[in-house]
Amino acid sequence: MKQATFSIWRGDAAGGKFQDYETDVEEGMVVLDAVHQIQATQANDLACRWNCKAGKCGSCSAEINGIPRLMCMTRLNALPLEKPVTIEPMKAFPLVRDLVTDVSWNFAVKKRIKKFKPRPPDAPDGSWRMAQDDIDRVQEFRKCIECFLCQDVCHVLRDHHKHEEFIGPRFLVYVAALEMHPLDTEDRLAELKEAHGVGFCNITKCCTTVCPENITITDNAIIPLKERVVDEFYDPLKSLWKFLRPKKY
Amino acid sequence: MANANPTIEQRPFGATMRPDAWWAQPLLVFVLLGGFVVYSTWAAWQGKNYHWGPYLSPFYSPEIFGNSPHSLFGPKPGWWPAWLPFSPALLVLWVPGLFRVTCYYYRGAYYKSFWADPPSCAVGEPRKTYLGESSFPLILQNVHRYFLYLALIFLGFLAHDVWNALWFTDAATGRATFGIGVGTLILTANVVLLAGYTFGCHSLRHLVGGFLDAPSKAPLCQKAYQCAGCFNRRHMLWAWMSLFSVMFSDIYVRLCATGVWTDWRII
Repeated sequence: MKQATFSIWRGDAAGGKFQDYETDVEEGMVVLDAVHQIQATQANDLACRWNCKAGKCGSCSAEINGIPRLMCMTRLNALPLEKPVTIEPMKAFPLVRDLVTDVSWNFAVKKRIKKFKPRPPDAPDGSWRMAQDDIDRVQEFRKCIECFLCQDVCHVLRDHHKHEEFIGPRFLVYVAALEMHPLDTEDRLAELKEAHGVGFCNITKCCTTVCPENITITDNAIIPLKERVVDEFYDPLKSLWKFLRPKKY
Repeated sequence: MANANPTIEQRPFGATMRPDAWWAQPLLVFVLLGGFVVYSTWAAWQGKNYHWGPYLSPFYSPEIFGNSPHSLFGPKPGWWPAWLPFSPALLVLWVPGLFRVTCYYYRGAYYKSFWADPPSCAVGEPRKTYLGESSFPLILQNVHRYFLYLALIFLGFLAHDVWNALWFTDAATGRATFGIGVGTLILTANVVLLAGYTFGCHSLRHLVGGFLDAPSKAPLCQKAYQCAGCFNRRHMLWAWMSLFSVMFSDIYVRLCATGVWTDWRII
């Protein structure tokens, strides 16, 4: 049976190092299978978070050969197995142990975002009417599984640690889903510009590249939000237009 | 707020666990974009050999003042300072130049290639401080839509240049007759590619319909938004193809004007 070497980060907040494990690999295996095999046979104390093993829960996020990916969706036959495969925890969040990071900052950020505020119901039974075309655009954003790989790869968080000033691509997608919703009446543009720090994004599209759900994060969520911020705060012609033709609800 | 301080130290510049050639793409962008900037600056300062027959180099269009038959307002104005070198391109090239500089695609590309911010995804950066586009000077990138308005006007001028490129003047009789040369096809392809790039602009997509939460209530905006979205999906491809075509068009006209190349008349 073919063997491969996995160089896995072992350690906690105090420090750690890469440790090599050699294990059998077979056709159809993903990185998470190899980690489980190593956990079962060689390193019972290896900490690793996982749940669905189907790319839908977003739990097994890690950095495989330096690129943020889901361990359960990374097939071994897509990796160069002649060299050791490196597996490390995400870099943008505090390390708990081995491959497990504390992602609770993300949940705190989500609470800071203004909630969905629909317009009054369209019908007496309390329901609304929406065109499918109008809702299609935000449907893409609802595919997010909150794996936080986009947060991890974003250099604003990963390298510059702007966690207090920038909410990251995941939550810009969340804001876009609310802000572009045809029923929503809330205005989040002032927060987007200041507290959420949309201006920190410099559109390098790394978030889009790593998204396992293939959400076009930069082009369809972040740039349209930047354009809405421009409408509101930086475009004198648009301000004049809005002054002459106030928005009707 | 939950603890957000990563405990793993930031890696130094260029450090990464990525085994692939992550540096190849930013290097390629650096070479190609850098090459274009060098060539276009050189071509803009020449002030000659920018027109031949019915053809006008896109770097010099619209020719506001100049010595060619394409000039809108005649030769170099008398008020032009004597100490300042004159070239018709200097009056106009800043518009498409700044349209591209502030373009969302190019921004992402040159932040990586020229400023290493980051050099590539998940690769260590050279500096610790970061302001992004939230403060001066990069906050000025928000002016992009104004360069879009100007670029759309320029597109009209370039389309008019293609029309002009269909009419060849007979040196003997002085009569203009319909014709198609290789230069006509090159200038036409250039306008098509520039239009594909401009119509896919993120700002345009927003301004024609993306700003609406319920575009179905404004069918014209919805159609325009969908159309801009079609071009936008391949914005990077349009950006590069139009960049090459505009440079190639200038080279072609320049070669014809200097006599290095003879334009082949198809019709």
